[in-house]
Amino acid sequence: MNEINITVIDRQGDQHDLKVPTDMGLNLMETLKSYELPVEGICGGMAMCASCHCYILSDHDLPEQGHDEIAMLDETDEVESNSRLACQIQITNKLEGLKLELAPELVGEDEFSDW
Amino acid sequence: MIQTDILIIGAGPVGLFTVFEAGLLKLRCHLIDALPIPGGQCAEIYPKKPIYDIPAYPEILAGDLINNLLKQIEPFKPGFTLGEPAVQLEKLDNGHFEVTTKQGTVHRAPVVAIAGGLGVFVPRRPKIEDLQRFEEKGIAYFIKDPEKYKGEKVVISGGGDSALDWAIFMADNFASDVTLVHRSKNFRAHPDSVQKAFDLANTGKIKLHLDSEVYKINGNGKLDTVTLKRKEGDDVQIATKHWLRLLCLTPILRPIGHWGNRKKCHCGQQCIGL
Ligand SMILES: Cc1cc2nc3c(=O)[nH]c(=O)nc-3n(C[C@H](O)[C@H](O)[C@H](O)COP(=O)(O)OP(=O)(O)OC[C@H]3O[C@@H](n4cnc5c(N)ncnc54)[C@H](O)[C@@H]3O)c2cc1C
Ligand code: FES
Repeated sequence: MNEINITVIDRQGDQHDLKVPTDMGLNLMETLKSYELPVEGICGGMAMCASCHCYILSDHDLPEQGHDEIAMLDETDEVESNSRLACQIQITNKLEGLKLELAPELVGEDEFSDW
Repeated sequence: MIQTDILIIGAGPVGLFTVFEAGLLKLRCHLIDALPIPGGQCAEIYPKKPIYDIPAYPEILAGDLINNLLKQIEPFKPGFTLGEPAVQLEKLDNGHFEVTTKQGTVHRAPVVAIAGGLGVFVPRRPKIEDLQRFEEKGIAYFIKDPEKYKGEKVVISGGGDSALDWAIFMADNFASDVTLVHRSKNFRAHPDSVQKAFDLANTGKIKLHLDSEVYKINGNGKLDTVTLKRKEGDDVQIATKHWLRLLCLTPILRPIGHWGNRKKCHCGQQCIGL
């Protein structure tokens, strides 16, 4: 099985070193979810929710953003120049050594605590 | 107080079809949803996308699926409490249940069906000072009562279908003074709506501010101005009593996820014990 290494910084700043198969047709959002990292993937990977928003910290040659991803990020808060939607990035050997950080939650834990 | 046979929390496709099944047994239903329209994810997230896995429909738009479901349940005359999240569930002495919404609407029924899907849709709040102070006092994240904006000056933010459809509707039908603000020049909305919005902008019926976003709000108790930050150029201040931030909503499992004692049930799931 072909595998690559991906490093993820979660919202508490903790580092997770993932070993990810490249021959299973996964995208990055599905990979993060399968490791039970707190990425919801509400829209199932259709670039329609931004719950998989992350910041790319390493210098990798990633697939270009499509119109849907650009338009979704334009409606998302806390977007930076290295923002990407993880569901739009397919896992390939080119991603060996990728490092990313999860963007803040779309809705804060305590925002609706009186509900 | 609303009394019914079955109270359904969640008016997504599952909640809607529950009305049909219950109706066959001559049971009346009342649906509660935090969204101002029925349809759950299909209505809020992807009304204009086709679905391919509905039996007997090779292809159907999610919005049309919801319209069909509404037509199918019409004979059973369900009640609706829309635009109100159900925040409290209590068991009464007579074994019935009482469900109260955040706005204080009380419902009672012997049976409650929870069809909450991914959870209750809530707004994503940008980091703007005093934002929550103006919620329901000029700032809204969805449109519950459109009549309120008739002939009014409104500022709408967003680049998706909801923002564009409402901007077009209000400019066309309400003679409202509509300003549409969007962070970029890319729209998520259907290309036909984008074209229509640009046409209305060309005839001066919609004021379009692209590459701009609202970053400051002001008012004395109620909203009276919003300030736009632009990618190029100086800030723009707009006097308005209504800022409609019609961007994506997000489902959260609160409060359903916190109700009752979670017990391992005979069905093998974590069910709610009350
Ligand atoms: C982009 C996208 C594409 C999809 N494509 C397909 C597809 O092609 N085929 C397919 O079969 N499925 C598809 N799905 C999945 C499908 O939409 C869901 O499975 C379906 O909507 C679930 O229906 P539901 O009624 O259980 O819940 P939901 O649609 O999630 O509705 C639940 C409703 O309950 C409300 N609610 C929850 N808690 C409360 C509360 N406390 N008070 C008030 N209201 C509350 C919510 O506001 C919501 O409106 C897709 C989903 C997405 C996001
Ligand atoms: S999972 Fe919804 S945008 Fe990526």
